[in-house]
Amino acid sequence: MNLQPLVVPGDSHAHRDDIGSRMGMWLFLFTELILFGGMFILYAVYRFSHFQEFQLAAKQLDTTVGTVNTLILLTSSLTVALSIVALREGRKGFSKALVAMTLVLALAFLMNKYFEWNHKFDAGIYPGSPDLLSQPDGVILYFGLYFVMTGLHALHVIIGAGVLGYMYWAIGQGIVRPDATVRLEAGGLYWHLVDIIWIFLFPLFYLLQ
Amino acid sequence: MDESQNTLSTGRSPAMTYGRYLLVWIGLVALTSLTVALAGIHLGRWVILTALTIASIKSTMVLFTFMHLRSEDRTFRVFVLVAVVTLGIFIVLTFFDYAFY
Repeated sequence: MNLQPLVVPGDSHAHRDDIGSRMGMWLFLFTELILFGGMFILYAVYRFSHFQEFQLAAKQLDTTVGTVNTLILLTSSLTVALSIVALREGRKGFSKALVAMTLVLALAFLMNKYFEWNHKFDAGIYPGSPDLLSQPDGVILYFGLYFVMTGLHALHVIIGAGVLGYMYWAIGQGIVRPDATVRLEAGGLYWHLVDIIWIFLFPLFYLLQ
Repeated sequence: MDESQNTLSTGRSPAMTYGRYLLVWIGLVALTSLTVALAGIHLGRWVILTALTIASIKSTMVLFTFMHLRSEDRTFRVFVLVAVVTLGIFIVLTFFDYAFY
């Protein structure tokens, strides 16, 4: 993986296998799919065994916050996808700006999440809290799943932001450049997966009231 | 050259790619509005099906454009299909077990 920045484009001796790299990234994404998929199945089972209580608990979430965060993530997916196009065109500065915009959106998402969770903690709702444990089983399960699934997702947003931070630096260094975009593509793939998981988390937790 | 150009080697100019990505984003925002609006209507047991259908359409749009599945090698599409169908079978069958017995 030690690509020299000065490799001449078209130099066939640079050892590279971009399709293989992307395939590897996709295989990793499938493991993520199973990780979250297991939780979605758990959610499905508990939702139907505690139907009324899940709907009641969902009313306690703020749909507006969820919608805003959905729009933020969708837009961040656009900016990271465009950054690859910009870099291919040789517009390095524009590409960096788009990656930076993605990072700002990631931060906005996490801040929203922070305030949302804080609000819940203030209301006495957090895993294992006396207030929560005094409620019916379905409500406890709902909020357990809510904190674990959105928490694990937020962790992915933090990791994705770290990866994209590296990309910003790597574009500046010429490690990621117009004729070698595969790292940025892999980072983008991870970011889009995080977006797709949210696309499902959002209706399941915020809309089914 | 090498294969790195492959993902966009669909004969489109960069301007067209920018435009296509923007269009997909507009579509994603529109579908988000739709799913939020539908949540306000009481559709009974159909509410989860409509929500999941819209989420699946949105995911497909992200997969095929932003994640380049449209222009990737066929192998990628087969891989993703197998992964998604496998997970889909788990989830749908579980839903059927609990929702419609």
